[in-house]
Amino acid sequence: MKRDDLKVTPTRRDVLKGLGATGAIALGGLSARYAQAQSAEPIRIGFQLHRTGIGASYGRWYERTATAALKVLNDQGGINGRPVEILFEDDGTDPRRGAEVVEKLVMQARCDVVMGTLFSHVVMGSAPRAGELRVPYLVCSEGHHVASGALNRWVLQPGITDVKSQVQSMAPFVTQNLGRKVTMVFPDYAFGHDHRDFFTAAVAAQGGEVIKHIAIPPTETSFTRYFPQIPRETEVLYHVMVGPSVLTFVKELGEFYGSGARPQLFGFIDSLEAVAIDSPGLEFLEGSHFWEGHPRYRQDDAGEHEDLYRAAVGVDANGASVTDPRDVSTYSHMFSVWETLFILKRAMEAAEYRGPADRQAVVEAMEAMTEFPEGLEHPQGPKLFNGRTHQAFGLQSISQVRNGRLVRVHRTAMEDGFYPDEVDYTTMSF
Amino acid sequence: MTARILWTHVGALAALLAAHVLLPAYHHGNLARIMVLAIYATGYNIAFGYTGLLSLGHALFFGAGLYAAGLTAYYTGLPGWLALLAGPVAGGAVALALGSFALRTAGVAFMIVTLMFAQAFHLAILYLGRWTRGDEGLVIARASRQLFGLDLADGSVRFLVAWALFALTMVAALIIARSGLGRVMVAMRENEERSRMLGYDPYMTKLIALGLSGAMSGLAGGAYALLFGYVGASLASVQYSILPLLYVLLGGAGTVLGPLIGTVAMFYLIDLASNVTDAHQLVTGAALVLLILFAPRGILGSIRDRFARWIP
Repeated sequence: MKRDDLKVTPTRRDVLKGLGATGAIALGGLSARYAQAQSAEPIRIGFQLHRTGIGASYGRWYERTATAALKVLNDQGGINGRPVEILFEDDGTDPRRGAEVVEKLVMQARCDVVMGTLFSHVVMGSAPRAGELRVPYLVCSEGHHVASGALNRWVLQPGITDVKSQVQSMAPFVTQNLGRKVTMVFPDYAFGHDHRDFFTAAVAAQGGEVIKHIAIPPTETSFTRYFPQIPRETEVLYHVMVGPSVLTFVKELGEFYGSGARPQLFGFIDSLEAVAIDSPGLEFLEGSHFWEGHPRYRQDDAGEHEDLYRAAVGVDANGASVTDPRDVSTYSHMFSVWETLFILKRAMEAAEYRGPADRQAVVEAMEAMTEFPEGLEHPQGPKLFNGRTHQAFGLQSISQVRNGRLVRVHRTAMEDGFYPDEVDYTTMSF
Repeated sequence: MTARILWTHVGALAALLAAHVLLPAYHHGNLARIMVLAIYATGYNIAFGYTGLLSLGHALFFGAGLYAAGLTAYYTGLPGWLALLAGPVAGGAVALALGSFALRTAGVAFMIVTLMFAQAFHLAILYLGRWTRGDEGLVIARASRQLFGLDLADGSVRFLVAWALFALTMVAALIIARSGLGRVMVAMRENEERSRMLGYDPYMTKLIALGLSGAMSGLAGGAYALLFGYVGASLASVQYSILPLLYVLLGGAGTVLGPLIGTVAMFYLIDLASNVTDAHQLVTGAALVLLILFAPRGILGSIRDRFARWIP
């Protein structure tokens, strides 16, 4: 934890200054609650941050998004009239350190809740400790681990749809618009296996067929030798490579097909989060389609809340930092931090949270939630929350690369991503 | 065994036990984790510190114990003690199997062979994702983390079990270090050819040392799985082959208490550095460079050289 991070973010002074300037106009009837807030202990939120390690590019933007959301939240009056602090602690994107960070945030920094984790293995490594410490652990991971029932009652994912739902909701568009014979290229570990299993089943349900699975070992640095395995009759090539090798993968794929006929390409933007879509070597992606959780490029129909969200986080219309156009955001995932923070606010207020003794009530309040309407608190779109599985469901976007930009061509229906419950956490003890 | 050696080590174990009631909650939890990692470092020290086997593949033995215990607890209804026992058995068996041919090499070749097999194991975990869930790993349910009716997810129980396992390992290491076998191991480290000329069998001595080292590493892996409830491929990655080497170098190679001291020092170096800067790994690296420059025998090794040559 950096020394700076131990300060209030923003500082209590900032909060009070903000109140002085805007309170009467913006907060209206909440002024009485602020009078209490000045004497109230801040609510402390521990943020398990991938500041270093393989998740660092995500972590950088998760931190910025959380900080921006916190400012809005405090400007709105905090939680139950109490100011809110976030304490960021680097977990090195490592599951053992992740568990240690949860301990540190809860037992040493006295945080009321812990949130923000993205990488699935860190979630899995940390969740048991969060359960033992009986602290709400709100992950922003998109992994299926929560809804699969692998974790415990203290772990929830209210701010982002899980990968099973995301993948499943892509199948109707792919089979109806791109082709029915699909070859999948994916990394040969859990993330890739999730895509393999969920998409194969979803395509079959739509009357299509995955005709070939090509699993790429995680140590691979060149992919040319795998491309001849792509069957000639392939109509859609589904790719979901991640990590530094993505650029090589796309470049070599372009060299393999050259200017000749090629199947339709469909990928998950996870491959290119924090990477400029117009980077040299990615020209081959022109015309291809991507899943996006939240469209990186500002769309023509963007609403007021979308613009407010971009401005607050500091993202321009191209999805890059307003201060550095080369610093591309992880736009399809980082909204989850923003939305999770506001869901936490609602849950804590519903539970009338006063201190750690009320942590269980926060989880129960969240389990009772069902719907999050689109708006400033939910700029990515409306969501339904399943309290039994602790998992949110939202709308997904399919974008096409046109002139080096991602343009949304389809938005899924909420029900496209539904699947039968695999767990009922509410029947588990705390 | 002289009285001061005995009392030094009994005192160390007593101090750790006293920490159970004295430490604040956060450091209490840390120490439980440190003791498990110190078991691993103690095992590594048997191979590296005493026998001179510089392995870069001990994550294989730690991982074998981790998955043997973890998968037993996850997939079977067997009692916790059997799952825990599976850790050292798997670690020791894998070490003996690997050692049976890796010990035909020495020096850099031994480092490369051990590194290679550990990497192969790591990739096998990913490849067998259907059962291991690969990089994501598995969470061991609380109900499966019971040992003779004790709930290993409970902080006090976890600490005391970690302490008992560490005590067992440390006493075993002390007995080995003071035994005839220990002296032969040191002889192998110092001059293998001369030992051979005196009639000792270097291959068998090193194989036994590697087997003991693997069993201790496997015990640490099994303990981690059951005490902390998670098994994942990253815990068998190359990083976990380097960590015990650093713990041992920092604490003092070839000393019984050095691995514990090194693990404590490294853990808190990272923890405290991360309070000050994002570049905590740089701080850790700089500290290690300084250590190599000014105390190449590690903390306890330097103390032994300068003040107390009786320390085993």
